[in-house]
Amino acid sequence: MTELEREADGTVRVSDNVAPTQNPDLATPQVPYEIADDATVAAGLEIQTRSQWDYARRRFFRHRLAMLGLIGLIIIFGAGIFAGHVAQYSFEEIDLNNILHAPTLQGKHWFGTDNIGRDYFSRVVFGIRTSLEVGVVVAITSSIFGLIVGAFAGYFGGWIDNILMRITDLVLTLPALAILATASALLGSGNQWRTTFILAAFFWTGIARVVRGIFLSLREKEYVEAAKASGAGDWRIMFRHIVPNTLGPIIVNGTLAVGAAILTEAALSFLGFGIKPPTPSLGVLISEAQTSPQQWWLTVFPGLVIVLIVLCVNFVGDGLRDALDPQQRRVRA
Amino acid sequence: MPEPILSIKDLVVEFKTDDGIVHAVDGITYDVFPGETLGIVGESGSGKSVSTMSILGLIPQPPGRIASGTAMFKGQDLLKMKKRQLRRFRGDELAMVFQDPMTSLNPVLKVGFQLAEMIKTHYPKESDAKVHERVVDLMRMVGIPNPEVRYEQYPHEFSGGMRQRAMIAMSIANSPSLLIADEPTTALDVTIQAQVLEVLKTVQEETDAATILITHDLGIVAELCDRVIVMYAGKIVEHGDVHTIFQNPRHPYTIGLMDSLPKLTEDEEWLRPIPGQPPSLINRPSGCAFHPRCFLSQGRLKCREEVPALRAVDAGDEHRAACHFAEELIGRRSKFAEPVPAGGAS
Repeated sequence: MTELEREADGTVRVSDNVAPTQNPDLATPQVPYEIADDATVAAGLEIQTRSQWDYARRRFFRHRLAMLGLIGLIIIFGAGIFAGHVAQYSFEEIDLNNILHAPTLQGKHWFGTDNIGRDYFSRVVFGIRTSLEVGVVVAITSSIFGLIVGAFAGYFGGWIDNILMRITDLVLTLPALAILATASALLGSGNQWRTTFILAAFFWTGIARVVRGIFLSLREKEYVEAAKASGAGDWRIMFRHIVPNTLGPIIVNGTLAVGAAILTEAALSFLGFGIKPPTPSLGVLISEAQTSPQQWWLTVFPGLVIVLIVLCVNFVGDGLRDALDPQQRRVRA
Repeated sequence: MPEPILSIKDLVVEFKTDDGIVHAVDGITYDVFPGETLGIVGESGSGKSVSTMSILGLIPQPPGRIASGTAMFKGQDLLKMKKRQLRRFRGDELAMVFQDPMTSLNPVLKVGFQLAEMIKTHYPKESDAKVHERVVDLMRMVGIPNPEVRYEQYPHEFSGGMRQRAMIAMSIANSPSLLIADEPTTALDVTIQAQVLEVLKTVQEETDAATILITHDLGIVAELCDRVIVMYAGKIVEHGDVHTIFQNPRHPYTIGLMDSLPKLTEDEEWLRPIPGQPPSLINRPSGCAFHPRCFLSQGRLKCREEVPALRAVDAGDEHRAACHFAEELIGRRSKFAEPVPAGGAS
């Protein structure tokens, strides 16, 4: 590290990224705390080369609730992802000897069995997988779509903004559940991906609005003007220069959308408009459980899982919101 | 005389506001020659930034509108160019240094990446390694120490002076033939200003780019510029080489500007401001826009009724002023003029 620069006229000047050189005469009386030796000063400088993502990561990992939520999600979603390994049975396997068996360790029916003798733990675990797929895909597709809509509306403004935002408003004013129910009734329920698509068609509005707001304020920034002056085109400015500034809110919104989508999918399936059995999803399981109201385990386990997922997702979302806020430098306990 | 690299003629830029049309730039004409530094001075709102932003196509339209004029750059009229074509010029042949380095760099992108972007925008086929090398060279050229380390850093890890250096590096990345610096030092404190001006000077010498330096600091003009344009209320009021203008200003406004500066070698108790306020550009004063504040006008009718033309006031065509009574200023020397040698006045 070159700490001293020699100027053209021969004078030596301390370059500005280096800590002030320590003059022993001055430093000793003025600084009350112990002065680090040169090696640590240099090391300290290295650490300062930290990106905003590094800061965000540190803040996130120190956010207790978020970490709790993250651990919860890893366990639940891990079970869903590796459902084939976690579950002892397939979700369709029928054990006629054990119909409507209460939760027991015997035969490893931890969550009991349903009315045709299928292992309920396996069904819940596979249900998580279905719900997870729906939630994640809805979050990703709606985020991307919302990002594009919001970016165009906010960046170009004028009539483009007007048209796109009126469409967004229209989608927002529609009673989502009723439309979803009608749509799936018309198209026929059953296909998991169709349900996903219908959900995504409603979930993009929130992100579109958030992104538009950010674009509206950022397009007036001087660095955007500087990018324009450097000859960058609209696409380059939008997606190279502005979008990175919007990633924080998009990630937060996307995370929360996973929870919301799982919840909505459960509601739809519960009403019979979502995913059709035998594919288990958490909503489908609760819906089926209606036929046997005395068997508490049939409603409690999938219900509990839904509650846990949504709770954990929200904790993680909150943690991300705090961590990704660039204004916030302090680490919250 | 060499061919001008940029030749602006009768440029008029208007902004539509709720209160009426603002003539931010009202018929200005000037040339920029290769390798020279042209200073544009004037107070806030005199149209100095707008005149250059408009030739780069950077004023928001609407509400802005380029009502008339031409800006010939390398044989092409920038004002009539298609957007896409103009974009290719911006940042390549024509580059700009912005006023505030604190906000002109994108906070979420690495400084090196932003510099590389500048090159990649115009030369997408250049290899990454080559671009990286060029960026490091540029950073070294503008005096950013440890360019390899700095490449990977974010703007918040740069000090104000370093950011402005980075901005200058960015503007010269593609070796422009015209560099526009819009108040490049206004946001910096005085010691850093000096360093940044030094960088600007070196960079100009090395790249041999013509430079338009927009400022309201006459000290910077005296330091760096070859020629000066003084603007007032959207018009050029005086135009000439630096030496002449500082020695023998021929417009009352220029004189007022210089008189309002303190001179360190003299014992002055008060600064002498120009009386009054800059005019509203919606209701421009009739005739010469400066007449309500002018010590020379004294209520003369001609000042109120006739718009003065920019005309040659000294021998030769170089020194021009827009004042009906510029001749009355002959012999009146600015306080920055060098002492008259014994036996003669100019």
